[in-house]
Amino acid sequence: MTLAIRCQNLVKRYDGRPPVEAVRGLNLEIERGECFGLLGPNGAGKTTTIEILEGLLTPTSGEVEVLGLRWGKADNEIRQRIGISLQETRLSEKLTVLETLRLFRSFYREGPDPRECLAKVSLEEKADARVGKLSGGQKQRLAVACALVGNPELLFLDEPTTGLDPSSRRQLWEIIREVRSAGRTILLTTHYMDEAERLCDRVAIVDHGQVIALGTPRELIASLGGEHVIEFTLACTPTEPIDAALAALPSVSEVRQEDDHWSLSVAEPHIVLPLLMEMLRERQCELTSLTTRHASLEDVFVKLAGRHLDDEPVPA
Amino acid sequence: MKANPQAVSQQRYWALGELTLARLREFYREPEAVFWVYGFPILLVVGLGIAFRNQPVEHIAVDIVDSPQAKSVLESLAKQERFEARVVSSEEARMHLRTGRTALVVEAGASETPTYEYQFDPTRPESVLAEAAVDDALQRAAGRKDVAEVKVEEFNEPGGRYIDFLVPGLLGMSLMGGGLWGVGFVTVDMRIRKLLKRFLATPMRKTDFLGGVMLSRLMFLVPEVLVLLVFARLAFGVVIYGSLLAVTFLILLGAVTFAGLGLLVASRAKTLEAVSGLMNLVMLPMWLLSGIFFSSDRFPQAAQPFIKLLPLTALNNALRAVMQEGASLASQLPEIGLLAAWAVVTFVLALKLFRWV
Repeated sequence: MTLAIRCQNLVKRYDGRPPVEAVRGLNLEIERGECFGLLGPNGAGKTTTIEILEGLLTPTSGEVEVLGLRWGKADNEIRQRIGISLQETRLSEKLTVLETLRLFRSFYREGPDPRECLAKVSLEEKADARVGKLSGGQKQRLAVACALVGNPELLFLDEPTTGLDPSSRRQLWEIIREVRSAGRTILLTTHYMDEAERLCDRVAIVDHGQVIALGTPRELIASLGGEHVIEFTLACTPTEPIDAALAALPSVSEVRQEDDHWSLSVAEPHIVLPLLMEMLRERQCELTSLTTRHASLEDVFVKLAGRHLDDEPVPA
Repeated sequence: MKANPQAVSQQRYWALGELTLARLREFYREPEAVFWVYGFPILLVVGLGIAFRNQPVEHIAVDIVDSPQAKSVLESLAKQERFEARVVSSEEARMHLRTGRTALVVEAGASETPTYEYQFDPTRPESVLAEAAVDDALQRAAGRKDVAEVKVEEFNEPGGRYIDFLVPGLLGMSLMGGGLWGVGFVTVDMRIRKLLKRFLATPMRKTDFLGGVMLSRLMFLVPEVLVLLVFARLAFGVVIYGSLLAVTFLILLGAVTFAGLGLLVASRAKTLEAVSGLMNLVMLPMWLLSGIFFSSDRFPQAAQPFIKLLPLTALNNALRAVMQEGASLASQLPEIGLLAAWAVVTFVLALKLFRWV
């Protein structure tokens, strides 16, 4: 069975002064039936990448195969078999939900009945409501329904939950999980690490137009060397640097410091914590805060990119 | 979700029909748009029809410069009701003439036989009229006899009035505005909303999209044209002398031509400001030059070749020929050919230039 998506050495350069390279040599192989996430900060090149895969942008160079087919040779065939939700589409506000869905259904050779499709995104009750009257979450669910109405094998979702409130996000996650369990392939982009962790079988972390890490969320987190993070802040400045002493503690794989804030990647917090306390007591340093938590994809990104996901992108 | 995926049907939906329907629904659910397209032309007909309604010249204002003979002049003019004559000082008369409050100033000479001096502005039609009428009245009073016998029959048949001239022009104007706004503005709006991009991401056939835009435009046209023509008929008795089929053909051709122009204007524009500016640029010369409110023949000879190339000029001339004079379509072949050429060229160019994103 062919891959759902394969792309090699994808490059997209926008002409201008100076020219901007949004994607610089990106490689991806997405299996059929998996939910794959492109995770990265704003401006990392996620949307450019997904729009090239969707056939909406032409790459400057590189190879793209979607469902074993190539853009430019089998466009209509690919479009019949994929479903797309763009980051920002304002559907006609004057049409009703059902009318909108019928319109999209009419473009495809096969697909579910529009009403059934509405049921899948829990919008049956809004079938006759004008699109303009829907809430943000309902509009986004309608956008997903429009992507599903052609019975796609492959679904592209660009930032599906950006700007939604927490309960709308959870509702959308539920829909995406159901779509995935029906055997469809999903490629989604997000800059929410929790979203990628909960939904995706595999994640590619993208920064500056390149994949900087690839794997299951679990694998990526494990690559930190410890699945736990201990964070603390001190009331005093230690008389001598404590970094080396911290790194020397057993089961600590990494030490990071930002101002008076330390964070340790740790495999076994129950071993580290008593030793850490003792060390601070010896130096007569008081703790102002101490937390331990599970490591997240955010920590992976911070380790690899040297900054947080929601930081402003650093020019390369 | 159940292991068994939802029922998938191969049921065929008619994309062209759905796209057309979507445009129609969007339009009729926008009350403001409905008013501007249907209400505005009627308001124009009413306003202009009232302002320019044909009326016999009811009053001719004449000033008589005060002198011993003024009284006899006043008596001569008083025989006809249409004269509104008064005796004023010569300064007052000049002032009335300058400000347009009188059409003609009459000054009687002091000689034995009656002599008169007329002062008026020969570029003002009502002054010229007043001069002829006053002269006639005074000559008769002085004893002139008509040598030939004449019979006057009053003529006010539909077809020759200003309103008859105006309605085909308004029809052309509304076809132009409707085509450019209805196609151009809406297309750019869809581009801004990324709806065009969203459609591009589906297997939608582009011909279906353009077909939907055209079909819905032609459907808006039916009530638009009917409202205007029926209203003009009922309120002002404007009749169509030519064949209805010929008028329908010209209307459809005009609609297609201006839809093509609308599509061309919208092919690249990325903001509503840009497309509004472009549309005004395209429409303004035609509003002025193409003979909506007055005949385009009034413009200098040198400008005529350019004016005759404008699609609205061709449409208005052909509509007037058929509606007012009852001309056949065959006699309008040059206009029809020009409109068809505009339609083909704009559509081909628009398709070449069109950007979906």
